[in-house]
Amino acid sequence: MATHAAPHASANARYFVPAPSAWPFILTAALGSLLYGVSAYLEDRNLGPLPIVVGALVMVYIIFRWFRGIALESESGQYSAQVDRTYRLGMSWFIFSEVMFFAAFFGALYYARELSVPWLSGEGAKALTNSVLWPNFENTWPSNGPAKIGGHFETVSPWGLPLLNTVLLLTSSVTITFAHHAIKEGHRRACILWMLATIALGATFLYFQAHEYIEAYHELNLTLNSGVYGSTFFLLTGFHGMHVTLGTIMMISITGRLMFGHFKPERHFGFEGVAWYWHFVDVVWVGLFIFVYIL
Amino acid sequence: MRWIKTTNHKDLGTLYLWFSFAMFFVGGLMSLVIRAELFQPGLQFIDPEFYNQMITLHALVMIFGGVMPAFVGLANWMVPMMIGCSDLALPRVNNWGFWILPFAFAMLLSTLFLPGGGPAGGWTLYPPLVLQGGASFPLTIFAIHMLGISSITGAINIVVTIMNMRAPGMTLLKMPLFVWTWLITAYLLIAVMPVLAGAVTMLLTDKYFGTSFFNAAGGGDPVMFEHIFWFFGHPEVYIMILPAFGIISTIIPTFARKQLFGYSSMVYATASIAFLSFIVWAHHMFTVGIPLAGELFFMFSTMLIAVPTGVKVFNWLATMWRGSMTFETPMLFAIGFVFLFTIGGFSGIMLALAPVDFQYHNSYFVVAHFHYVLVPGAIFSIIGGIYYWIPKWTGVMYNETLGKWHFWLSAIFINITFFPQHFVGLAGMPRRIPDYAVQFTDFNQISTIGAFLYFIAQFLMVYNFLRCALFRKGMAPAKAVVWEGAHGLEWTVPSPAPYHTFEDPPHVGDDETAHAH
Repeated sequence: MATHAAPHASANARYFVPAPSAWPFILTAALGSLLYGVSAYLEDRNLGPLPIVVGALVMVYIIFRWFRGIALESESGQYSAQVDRTYRLGMSWFIFSEVMFFAAFFGALYYARELSVPWLSGEGAKALTNSVLWPNFENTWPSNGPAKIGGHFETVSPWGLPLLNTVLLLTSSVTITFAHHAIKEGHRRACILWMLATIALGATFLYFQAHEYIEAYHELNLTLNSGVYGSTFFLLTGFHGMHVTLGTIMMISITGRLMFGHFKPERHFGFEGVAWYWHFVDVVWVGLFIFVYIL
Repeated sequence: MRWIKTTNHKDLGTLYLWFSFAMFFVGGLMSLVIRAELFQPGLQFIDPEFYNQMITLHALVMIFGGVMPAFVGLANWMVPMMIGCSDLALPRVNNWGFWILPFAFAMLLSTLFLPGGGPAGGWTLYPPLVLQGGASFPLTIFAIHMLGISSITGAINIVVTIMNMRAPGMTLLKMPLFVWTWLITAYLLIAVMPVLAGAVTMLLTDKYFGTSFFNAAGGGDPVMFEHIFWFFGHPEVYIMILPAFGIISTIIPTFARKQLFGYSSMVYATASIAFLSFIVWAHHMFTVGIPLAGELFFMFSTMLIAVPTGVKVFNWLATMWRGSMTFETPMLFAIGFVFLFTIGGFSGIMLALAPVDFQYHNSYFVVAHFHYVLVPGAIFSIIGGIYYWIPKWTGVMYNETLGKWHFWLSAIFINITFFPQHFVGLAGMPRRIPDYAVQFTDFNQISTIGAFLYFIAQFLMVYNFLRCALFRKGMAPAKAVVWEGAHGLEWTVPSPAPYHTFEDPPHVGDDETAHAH
């Protein structure tokens, strides 16, 4: 309340206490502007693209500044072992929250396949819905429901591009591990090369994923509108794709830091955090490959 | 600029508490609109559409703007002081978590001024009703996304602080219970807020991008939303009560001048409640048509929660047993909590019984139940906690006489407000309807009078807290150990506490921990 000492007086060697910062406030203002603009767009309220574009640009700029600030603090030796543990724990819990985000969509997939579609076909306690509304509907998967929303569609074969993408992502998990070993042994150049290979694999994955989407829309008639199959397919793979994009951007940024001479063989959590994140998107993909594409 | 840029846990705790204070009054005014309309049968003041907006926004404002930020504010202030460190582990993220709130609520409340008004489908956002919302719909969804970011970042911050920043000697089983309950609450938040984000994202894509998650014609199911929502929603209930348990477990030993009875059983009970909270969600949906095996499973798992909760209530009673008790304002609120929260717990057991829930479901009995656990439960603990710690924060004592008046008026009026709702609910008055049959008039009028008087009584608290926080001239200074029976690291520093409480970590011996004398 009013009697406290000035914020700066407290920085000491024992704890890392960052100086006051306007980044979070500006980031929130930009996020608010972006979301307000999008919601107006969705409801045709004609605010124009300005709040969206400005909000997005400011967000990108602030995120860049914020992470750059953290990198500089780290490289100038301000972080103690305690701060290092803080980032490790923070990243672990963040990844856990991401796991739970995907759990919501995997749960929806499970519910559709094991409960709602069988119920609509007359199984279990919900037989009346079937006999009154849709007596001819049978329990099959994939399904776009008794009203055949979106019309007839075909699914993406798991043994074409998805299998290739699985191989790409699994390989990228190996190459990023090689990169990690390289930085631990002090081979900066080898680490950068392995990272470039990992980024290339991630980018190729994204290219194939985009290609698959185009094919799904134009040749298979598989769209967001294709009933509950299309819904779960595109939201699961779409959010995964966004995470791969984010992970690739994160890898580009740490590769840049490697080129600037950041990270030491014994201290490089910025690198490890990105590697954890990359392994996480890899594991989610394996889940998608099994539950969305194969089964 | 200090308040915008601050990274200090005390500044941010203060901001959180002021914000929630403001939201309590915004949400409280909405509840008065609701009660005024229900004073008589028929339609008096507002049209039904606006009534629906009021019940929806009242809930969203109170839950996400009132109770949750208040607990985060208390954690901001007290967790670093209680475990002996300088600040939260991630101070800039802490700032971000707070400043999201005003923006998110500006978005949410701005919907009242749009064509079509605010969200009117209830805070549970069930499709297909919620999908009929107009311009308010995407703003509500995005506001919830932003609040989710705030909760998750805040919770990660608190978990990491507790796991990583404890002073030497502060082992896990020496931590004050407020810290323990917050550790488990934060875990719940990290686990379920992303699920809520997923659920509302599916609503968004169902409305604007043609997906069929909640559309039976496309193979989805509106009930699926209820499952996903309540998988978030039931742990959310404990997110709003576990920190309250921590506060009560701090206050009662102080004024009973005894150590807390059954410290480790309190910790294990908290963890059990958290675990069970993940496997009880469908008790919110007994009447929606889930299979019989589901009804039975969720009925029994729900009733199991009574066991660890009972452990807690008995531990509080045993702590008071033969203590040399005094009844300062925080203690009054704590005892009021134990008594009135338990009433809410008992009506919860009634609702947990699937066969009788078919009668109670969606009636005013449910409203009475959850207001007993949230108002004299969660909110009494917040108020009691603030009376308990505000001398440490501000360096001055609040006015004890006014505090006692505040407690007794609140305790009486809250019962006048909510107790009659049990009766009208059991007699069949549905919730969320602006009109009712004439035989419910008497109890509704009592309830409305109680609500207005309760609201007015809160200005005693406003006066008391504003004096402490802003207008301290002429007030008695607080000692370092404000309460005779208080233990814990927060009482080893002067009042008001220094800006960064512990520049160097204190050594924690047995004397400083809250539960061991």
